[in-house]
Order: sequence, then structure tokens, then C-alpha cells
Amino acid sequence: MAESLRDIKRQTQAVEKTKQITRAMNMVAASKLKTAQTRMENFRPYAKKIMEVLNSLARRVNTESNPLLTVREAKKVRVILMTSDRGLCGGFNTNTIKAVEGFIKYRTGQGQEVSLITVGKKGRDYFRKKATIIDQRVDVLNNFDISLAQAIGEEVIPSFIDEEYDELYIAYNEFKNVSQQRPVITRLLPVGSVEQEKEEAEVYGDYVYEPSEEELLAQIIPMYLRVLIYRGLLETSAGEHGARMAAMDNATNNCEEMIETLTLKYNKARQAAITAELMDIVGGTEALAKG
Amino acid sequence: MAEELMLEIVTPEELAFSGKVEEVTVPGSEGEFGVLIGHVPLLSAVKYGELNYTQNNKKTYFAIGTGYAEVTDVKVTLLVESAVEADEIDAEEAKREKDEAEAELSKIGKDDPDFQKVSDALTRAEVKLKVAEKL
Repeated sequence: MAESLRDIKRQTQAVEKTKQITRAMNMVAASKLKTAQTRMENFRPYAKKIMEVLNSLARRVNTESNPLLTVREAKKVRVILMTSDRGLCGGFNTNTIKAVEGFIKYRTGQGQEVSLITVGKKGRDYFRKKATIIDQRVDVLNNFDISLAQAIGEEVIPSFIDEEYDELYIAYNEFKNVSQQRPVITRLLPVGSVEQEKEEAEVYGDYVYEPSEEELLAQIIPMYLRVLIYRGLLETSAGEHGARMAAMDNATNNCEEMIETLTLKYNKARQAAITAELMDIVGGTEALAKG
Repeated sequence: MAEELMLEIVTPEELAFSGKVEEVTVPGSEGEFGVLIGHVPLLSAVKYGELNYTQNNKKTYFAIGTGYAEVTDVKVTLLVESAVEADEIDAEEAKREKDEAEAELSKIGKDDPDFQKVSDALTRAEVKLKVAEKL
């Protein structure tokens, strides 16, 4: 009995330590999430403005004038997959990976070739043997700014123009809230016709353009791509921390539950040991009295 | 002045400036241009350069990255990749960046794939240095 008591105690202490770690991770994730969210919020006005300008320009310019707007028959498809570098964040990466896997299966079934560019370790590790990875970037999400999006943009744009591939997609987890992330796969290239908010377009009608509309468009499309890639990075980073926060919160709760059960078990075992000892003593005295 | 011009400088990281000013000078890709209230609506590309605005008869300088300027009669919006106010620039660091870029540039030829990148870095550093000296 005594040994089992000690075992239970040891187990309780181990769980207690795990709980400390998960709680600390939860708090770290929470503070990182806050930073990531602030960045997302600061970025939004910029992104919105770029879209507005692009929309108004795209409507006025002949789409054949720019190779990035040209739609070709899709034979080769490329996907930028964004996942986190580290685990312990629940189903965060699994969800995106599943979505991309389904996408690859579907596209391959249609006779298209799919290749990947991965950002983050998890996606790369999963697809290393299962798909063609053109390029990978790992350990970048911890500390990044717009130049990362720019570097990715500079890599994908020339190869699209050289017809190395015909369509470009981006896959990441959209950050909805702490406990909810939704995998999204959207097309980046060719840039789709962006027709919305017709009335607003009229406001832009009388602008003087400097340089010409075509040249402006040629400059703004790469910027627009950068914006979309950067948004993907921000969402991934916020989503990762959010998911980890939720996962660690769960883990902490589970630890607490386990500690409770173990404590109860310990108390019961202790009580049983005391009862057994008492029985021994009582039995002993009774035997003496009889003699 | 009765009416004032609204100026907003937006970067991917933050809203670098937002406020009423009397005059703005923007480094447009086709040449520098000044904006006063009542300007013709204009959409222009912006290159690395020095931007300044006048507020209460005092000029403030910014080193800005590439992007766009949208001008309406009452408002100027700048969408740029970076914007640093003159007093936040570390002149020594900018000098070092400039030297590094110059050294790099003298090593590689014009046909090098990195040529554009390095010469951009040089321009950026030069602009920063120039703006920092305005203080």
C-alpha cells in the first residue's frame, strides 16, 4: 500500500509540472497573439486602400496589357502553403494541410500538375515526400515584416510571366477568433477581374494619372500581391498563436482535472492504509485480551 | 488659412501620420510635386524620397518608400512601404548602410541579378541620410 501511495504522489507532482508549462505557454501565446492582432489591424487600412486603387485602375485598363492579368489554360498550378513552424497548437496546421491535400488530389485528378511553395516547417515536413516542393521558407514567421512578402512576390511573379506555371494559389488559416480558424485557398494569379462597388468607381473617374494608367497598373499589381501574401502571413501568425492559446488552455484544464482525480485517489488510498493499520492494532489487542 | 489639407501616410505597419497640414511636397515618380488645398484629383506613383509637409509654418520631413499618392481637393493619402520621420532616423546607421551598399555595388556588374536590389538599398540609405541632415 505504502508504495502505491508514493506512486500516486509522484504522478500528481508530474502533472502539476506539466500544468505549469502549459499555463506559461498559454500566457506567452496570448501576448504574442495580441501583437499579431495589432499588426493585422494596422495593416488593414493599407490593404483596403490598395484594393480600391487597383479596382478602379483595373476597370479602366485593357486587361491584355498586363501579363499578370492574362488567363491561360491551367496546366500547372502552384500553391503557397502557410503553416506554423512549431507544433502544440491543436488542429491548426492539420486543417490547412488537409485542405491543401484535397486541393492537390482534385487538381491532379483534372490532369493538372501541382507544386508547392511552403512557408513554415509543418507544411514542408508533411508534404516533403508527398508533393513537389519548389521552394521552402522555414523559421521566418517568428519575426517578419513586409520584406518577406516582397521576397516571395519577387520569386513568384517572374516565374508566372515565364509560364513556369499558369495559376497561383495561396493557402492559409484565416483568423476568425481565438478558437476558430478556417483554412482558405484563394487564387492570386492571374489577378481576377475585380468588379464590385461600381458607384465608388465613378468617384475615381476624373483622376489625373501619373505615369500612365498602364504603367501604374504594372506597378500596383505586384504591390497588391505583396499585400495578399503579407495578409496571409499575418493571419497565419495570429492564427497560430490563437490556436496555441486555446490548445494550451485546454491542456491546463485537463491537467487540473487530472490532479483532482489523483488527489482523490491518493486520499482514498491513504484512508485505506490507516484503516488497515487500525484493524491490525484492534485485532492484536483483542487477541491479547482473550489470552 | 481658413481651410486645411488633410494628410494621411499609411504604411503596412502603421498609420505613420494623420493630420491637417498647409502644404505637402511629394516625391512623385515623374518628379517632385507640391500639393495645396484644391488640387486636381491625382493618382501618382511615388518613389523613394523625401516628403515634407508644412504645419503651423513648420516643416517636417519624412523618408518614404515606394508606393502611391492619391490626391483629392481636400485630402492627400500616401500608400507607401515605409515612412520614417527625420528625427527617428539613425544617421550613423544610414551612413553605414550606404557604405555597405556602395561597396557591394562596386563589386557586382550591371548584369548581376542583385544589381537592382543593391542599388535600391543604396537609394534608400541615401534618402535616409539626406532627410536626417534636414534636422
